[in-house]
Amino acid sequence: MSKKTNEMSQILSQEKLASDVYSMWLRTEEIAKEASPGQFVSVYSRDGSRVLPRPISICEVSEDKRSLRLVYRVVGKGTEEFSMLKAGDRLSILGPLGNGFPLERAAGKRVFLMGGGIGIPPMVETAKALDGDKHIIAGYRDELFLQEELKRYGRVYTATEDGSAGTPGNVLDAMMANGLTKEEGREPEIIFACGPAPMLRAIKAYAQEMEIECWISMEERMACGVGACLACVCQSKEIDEHSKVHNKRVCKDGPVFLSTEVEL
Amino acid sequence: MINTKVSLAGVELKNPVMTASGTFGSGVEYSELIDLNRLGAVVTKGVASTPWTGNPTPRIAETYGGMINAIGLQNPGMKVFCERDLPFLEKFDTKVIVNVCGKTKEEYCRVVDRLSDENIDMLEINISCPNVKEGGIAFGQDPFAVEEITAAVKKYARQPVIMKLSPNVADITEMARAAECGGADVLSLINTLTGMKIDINKRTFAVANRTGGLSGPCVKPVAVRMVYQVANTVKLPIIGMGGIATAEDALEFILAGATAVSVGTANFFNPRATLDVIEGIESYMQKNKIQDIQELIGVVK
Repeated sequence: MSKKTNEMSQILSQEKLASDVYSMWLRTEEIAKEASPGQFVSVYSRDGSRVLPRPISICEVSEDKRSLRLVYRVVGKGTEEFSMLKAGDRLSILGPLGNGFPLERAAGKRVFLMGGGIGIPPMVETAKALDGDKHIIAGYRDELFLQEELKRYGRVYTATEDGSAGTPGNVLDAMMANGLTKEEGREPEIIFACGPAPMLRAIKAYAQEMEIECWISMEERMACGVGACLACVCQSKEIDEHSKVHNKRVCKDGPVFLSTEVEL
Repeated sequence: MINTKVSLAGVELKNPVMTASGTFGSGVEYSELIDLNRLGAVVTKGVASTPWTGNPTPRIAETYGGMINAIGLQNPGMKVFCERDLPFLEKFDTKVIVNVCGKTKEEYCRVVDRLSDENIDMLEINISCPNVKEGGIAFGQDPFAVEEITAAVKKYARQPVIMKLSPNVADITEMARAAECGGADVLSLINTLTGMKIDINKRTFAVANRTGGLSGPCVKPVAVRMVYQVANTVKLPIIGMGGIATAEDALEFILAGATAVSVGTANFFNPRATLDVIEGIESYMQKNKIQDIQELIGVVK
């Protein structure tokens, strides 16, 4: 269990990676030190009209563990506010939050990291932390980002919805097109995935059919970020040990779940 | 030495600041971020007789200066609450107030009866949740129902009973009077205001329940007005809440007549909001040479 801290971080850099995608390095006292791949932070707006923190996944942690990188998409006024901040500005964040990917499960296995859209960023730190045979499948709508970083830590296969780069289609299309199949003896032995719900649904179905262990990172509107308010629940297959109903807390019990334990 | 102690129906709080039900779970999660020993009281999320699943997602949406929620009182039921959550809270030097919900009068009474045997300081009866089909607000919008349910739970309660009032009524003083007649020991107000947000891109409701309870800084003026009205109608002590994020907010409620205050939505944008409010009240008292917080309660007439 990583220790959570709410701290005033300092922005080291802000960079635009694609049309609506920004990258921000933040200096922290505690959070980067504690963070593990697949965890996220709650980022607080400085504008009092916005009362809910924005949950943003951790893309990378610096080697000295003093800074962390957030790569995020501008989807509304809150993230737009973050994108306007400059080096030297301060930003209140809470983290690290959630469980992260169970890296130990991937030991000795052919691991597939599958990221879609703004679900790609957490795959950078995940790939960095894993040893061995890593295949990274990145699915984009059109514009590419984080390709260089991903290539540093594994073999990268790309899909774009508009067909402008890599395989036209989604991450599963990219797998098939590159012969990453059972027939070729190159299928995944374990999957870590993060991305939009339709993508996760398709990966879950594929993993179930192929009987592959698959961990998916879920998304839901959040308020407290620490498991107290019960806003961001997802449906669980079995009665959850904590809630005693068919609900799991995405922010606390997740965001990473075994694909077979949650309904999508 | 300034005195911030307040008394609610004989229960003495080290300071008037507590959490608002539903925003703080049973304290376990926030205990990683703040020292619960510093709070006047922890008010838990609503507890029913059996586990409740709550509403479908999305359960929340942000609005200007506030938010709408329709969690639907998801809770693990009183058995798990008493065996798991309560022993955790008992470890802290703070008062424990348990929020009680139910679908019927009988369910409220069953929960109160079960909780009466526990080491709990006060019970807060939620007759004002706007997000459940049965129970909740159905009991809080009719003065006869308010009086009846208050009298019913009082028969089972061995702790002082707080009735939590809804602002979704024509005249909140009528409900306050009804609760007083039913034998309530304390009143808490306000619960959330029923609201709605439309997602113009998806052309549908922003929360799955269609309507949700509005909370946060945007509701504060309504809440202060209602606390003032109720304080000038009944003799019962009041726990004031609705948009409190700072000591200045809390002091408005106290000056309007609240003996204690709750911090709710502000926990979401500032995990240490409760502590900031406690410290801010102390500095205000020092700065204005107020020895005892009693000197502030309800002085604005």
